Amino acid sequence: MLKIGRVIYDQIVAHARRDHPDEACGIVAGPEESDDPRRFVPMVNAARSPTFFQFDPTEQLRVWRELDDNDEVPVVIYHSHTATEAYPSRTDISLAAEPGAHYVLVSTRESGHVDGAAGRSEEAPPEFRSFRIVEGVVTEEEVEVI
Amino acid sequence: MAVEVRIPTILRTYTAGAKAVDGDGQTLAEVIESVENGHPGIKDRLVEDGDLRRFINIYVNDEDVRFVGGLTAPVSDGDTIVILPAVAGGQ
Repeated sequence: MLKIGRVIYDQIVAHARRDHPDEACGIVAGPEESDDPRRFVPMVNAARSPTFFQFDPTEQLRVWRELDDNDEVPVVIYHSHTATEAYPSRTDISLAAEPGAHYVLVSTRESGHVDGAAGRSEEAPPEFRSFRIVEGVVTEEEVEVI
Repeated sequence: MAVEVRIPTILRTYTAGAKAVDGDGQTLAEVIESVENGHPGIKDRLVEDGDLRRFINIYVNDEDVRFVGGLTAPVSDGDTIVILPAVAGGQ
């Protein structure tokens, strides 16, 4: 199960909406072994794409070094899907390299932007789901917002 | 030319859990070969068809090697090499 604070949950959703229609991505860091996502770190999507994301390699090195210095790990790795459901794609699964992380997917396909004709609203509840991805196997887990 | 090579979690199965191993060489390719000698199999996770794998980032002293020659990037005694799998995906 992923337990995540309301403020951080809202920050992830806001980031996904802000970058819509491009995919948004980032991490939530927490102390090693704590399984407690505490520090929200939005990342640049170097791909700037509606269908793909990639952390900027230089920014990733800087952030990963901060994690090392703080004895933190990426407890959550999140990204958004902007036209499909909040479920890991084949690409997501094949590239997942942090077996200890909670992979959070947010879909903005219904809630990304205001579009009256399509009945969309910024107030629509987001699809926010969490998964473990270990050696190609995806396991969904409950999300508890605390 | 001894260098430190920092290993990401997902590749530590090749290094018996070690977070860093020693490497040797004057280019990144030579360092990877030297690490492969002690930790067979790791090279295949980094290199494909003679080139760096697309979703592996390697840095020599904080410089992304893609900007300094890729596998031919020069390496000097005392350098630190960091390997990080890219965080990427797509729908």
